[in-house]
Amino acid sequence: METKICIRPLLAILVSLIAVAPIVLSSKRPNLREGWTFIAGIIKFSLVASMVPLVLDGVRLEYTVAQVLPGMAIKLAVDPMGLMFALVSSSLWIVTSAYSIGYMRGLDEHSQTRYFSFFAIALSSTIGVAFSANLFTMYLFYEMLSLATYPLVTHHQDDESRYSGRKYLAFILGTSIGFVLPAMLISYNLAGTLEFANNGFLSGTTSKTVMTVLLIMFVFGFAKAAIMPFHGWLPAAMVAPTPVSALLHAVAVVKVGVFSIFRIITGVFGTDMLRSLELGTVVAYLAAFTIIIASLIALSQDGLKRRLAFSTIGQLSYIVLGAALLSPKGMSGGLVHIAMHAFGKITLFFCAGAIYVATRKKNISDMVGIGKRMPVTMIAFLIGSMSVIGLPPTGGFFSKWYLVLGTIEADQIVMLFVLLTSSLLNAAYFLPIVYKAFFCTAEESMFDDKVAEAPVWCVAPLSLTALVSIALFFYPTLFMRLAEMALGV
Amino acid sequence: MISPEQYPVLIVVIPLLSAFIINVIGWFRKGFSYPLIVLSLIITFYLSVSTLLQVVDGGAISYRLGGWPPPFGIEYVIDHLNALVLVVISFVSLAAAVFSKESVKKELPDRIPQYYTLFILLVTGLLGMTITGDAFNLYVLIEIAALTSYALIAFGRDRALVSSFNYVIMGTVGASFYLLGVGHLYIMTGSLNMGDLLSILPAISGSRAIFVAFLLIIVGIWTKMAFFPLHGWLPNAYTYAPTATGVLVAPLMTKVSVYIMIRLMFSVFSADYVFNTLNVHDIIVWMAVAAIIGGSLLALTQTDFRRMLTYLIVAEVGYMVGGVWLANSAGITGAILHILNDALMTLCLFLVAGIIYHKTRGHHLDDIRGLYRKMPFTMAAFTVGALSMIGVPPTVGFFSKWYLILGAIDAGQWGFMAALIISSLINAVLFFKVIEVGYFEPMHGHHDDGHHEVTIDEAPFSMLAPLYVIAVSLIVVGIYTSSIITNIIAHAVPKGL
Repeated sequence: METKICIRPLLAILVSLIAVAPIVLSSKRPNLREGWTFIAGIIKFSLVASMVPLVLDGVRLEYTVAQVLPGMAIKLAVDPMGLMFALVSSSLWIVTSAYSIGYMRGLDEHSQTRYFSFFAIALSSTIGVAFSANLFTMYLFYEMLSLATYPLVTHHQDDESRYSGRKYLAFILGTSIGFVLPAMLISYNLAGTLEFANNGFLSGTTSKTVMTVLLIMFVFGFAKAAIMPFHGWLPAAMVAPTPVSALLHAVAVVKVGVFSIFRIITGVFGTDMLRSLELGTVVAYLAAFTIIIASLIALSQDGLKRRLAFSTIGQLSYIVLGAALLSPKGMSGGLVHIAMHAFGKITLFFCAGAIYVATRKKNISDMVGIGKRMPVTMIAFLIGSMSVIGLPPTGGFFSKWYLVLGTIEADQIVMLFVLLTSSLLNAAYFLPIVYKAFFCTAEESMFDDKVAEAPVWCVAPLSLTALVSIALFFYPTLFMRLAEMALGV
Repeated sequence: MISPEQYPVLIVVIPLLSAFIINVIGWFRKGFSYPLIVLSLIITFYLSVSTLLQVVDGGAISYRLGGWPPPFGIEYVIDHLNALVLVVISFVSLAAAVFSKESVKKELPDRIPQYYTLFILLVTGLLGMTITGDAFNLYVLIEIAALTSYALIAFGRDRALVSSFNYVIMGTVGASFYLLGVGHLYIMTGSLNMGDLLSILPAISGSRAIFVAFLLIIVGIWTKMAFFPLHGWLPNAYTYAPTATGVLVAPLMTKVSVYIMIRLMFSVFSADYVFNTLNVHDIIVWMAVAAIIGGSLLALTQTDFRRMLTYLIVAEVGYMVGGVWLANSAGITGAILHILNDALMTLCLFLVAGIIYHKTRGHHLDDIRGLYRKMPFTMAAFTVGALSMIGVPPTVGFFSKWYLILGAIDAGQWGFMAALIISSLINAVLFFKVIEVGYFEPMHGHHDDGHHEVTIDEAPFSMLAPLYVIAVSLIVVGIYTSSIITNIIAHAVPKGL
């Protein structure tokens, strides 16, 4: 593989960090302030997109930012896996920013400057994780993301958000310091490096027992992936404004968690070694357990955002399961699911927020008949649900299809049943919402004629992401190609 | 122009002379004290930085006071280790002095020259302790630093006098232990020069008298550095001291004592003696574990912000002592790095506590309510300091922890590793507790105990400037850790570990 030194990954990270300065300075002029967010978002996305042709040609872009310790650097590298994640996050940031304007202004929220500033920092860290060339750099950006999202989660600054923020940090920071940090240091001590390698830098350095312990420390330590029992922070974090839940707790933050686990499996341990030690199964069972339990809990949730949160917990474990299958099809299914689930789930969150802006309703039981008043929103909701369930014609179909093939390839029939059961459960907790929204008698409907769609700044983004979900069914090639390249198939 | 060869002695002489000048001029013009102390510390800082560069370029420097050859005269030895500590001392005291302008004016309006005289005498003592290559000269300088710090603390309010008296007792006990130990060494070897002692001691390393000397010295130094459970004097002394004293003493005293411990271990007794002949490092690492856990837990129970910080100092001393006694190069590297890093972090947090006290007349947790809105700049710097204490990269706190944990893994000291991780977690709880109070709780009337209502706004420039220099350095020094280690600390770690 060809390697090129290139500063673009660093610029892609820095652009939103630098944008914080003009955002803060123009706090008195909201339109200008949001203008800066858009400019940064577009530059960021263009920078990421400009690396696609190179990466598709098999070039690996690298950049060393600083040599912080002898033998350990803050180093960036762009490979197909990271690029795919960066593409998804940076494109959705632009959409979410538009949605944020509609949502935050629609609700007349306080401290919007702080909100947009920390959003920008969070995006820098997300791209940082995507482009990390070694475990240390990834840890650095991972922590930065945890801290940057804290003011977003606790945006309302009331008792509930204080409590949720505490829970958020306890899980996220607690596991990363308690598990990842020691595991990282032990790995460094064993291998003398933290540089992600194709066959894993740890392979062949120590016994199976130590490997198992390290693997479990990493998998639980990246608690942003919300593998049970370290999932509690995600429903709690739903107290945040909806755009935060949408971009961060369905895309950026949580996917940073599963992305990190993917990196650990491919770059730290190496699939070959995990296969020969049969360690994939351990992770696969943890993920399978989370998938089923989370789906069952989701069924019983009445709060729309909470139901979405539990659905996210389940879907994240799909990705982890894909990685743990250690088979080419399963892993590429998992990787592509990062993208497919992102577009589907962000649509659902956008819809939840749009309903809240238009009606102030948060609970599913209060949403009977809403489809007639907000048809665009609810049709988008249907499309998002279909993508998350994995039905054609949406992108989600592809990732689930590959995951299913992966279970067969890996000879994990139990996992096949887990996936199928979970899909049924997904349908069971999403479709009734849509059904109730559209099919009800006039008496049953809870909304009068005055209720209308949310502002266009809300509706346009959710329509767009819904359309992209459908488009991904017809044109999945880019993401599939990147996933295949990432896994070398 | 004075030749650079004279810099070592000037590092001590300049602040010493300015102590007299400030005192004398202070009789006539109070207002001159502040510019004078800042000026002399700027010169001192310049001298120590250029000495450090000399050492990095050309290796250790030996300076003979009055031209007397050692072991007869007093010798100053500057190698990589103390060159670094000299820079730390002069930098921290410069920042503390710049910062002190408003707080001294407010807290000690009629004793400004006296206060600054003692302030710079303390700096002189600390610099002298660090630079000297003579075990008895070291005792004298320890006493200079100690006596001035007793007085500087006694200037404070509430229970400052009692706390200072407590400190006098413990400090004197510590110094006496040290002196007794040095006495033993002198009887056994007839020498007080460190280099000389290092060459004589191996021949008589089996002697019980040497062992007793070592014990007396190490316990004496531990008392001085508040190594758990000898820490009892520290929290009160540092809590009730005047703001400017806290800002100077808290980051430096314990760190210089740790330096003294390292210096005596490796430059008087030798690494071979302390690690191989004595074989006590396991016990001491476990004592360090107790210090870390004990200090952190005690910090957790505090409701006063500054008092909480003082207990964290106790925990951080455990980091450094434990790191040194891991007896491997990663651990010692981490300990030395932490002298620099912890000085910066502690300074940053004490500066914040100082600003909060200056504005609200208190440093209870309740006084922090609503400050994120009222003093966003101060609190932003506080957040950086807090993250560094937690150990979030790329702040300095992460990197010292990195080496200390690597050292622990290397030495198989899992207890020490667990203690470091637990302490990070406790720090996260502690500091987010403070952040929560500042961020979530609305501000309401301050101190109904007779103080009139104070309006809270952002701190004056003379306080914010040093705070920001330090807060930024927490990140910049973190990113340059690599060059600090390869150019300086790698040479300070004893070879062959």
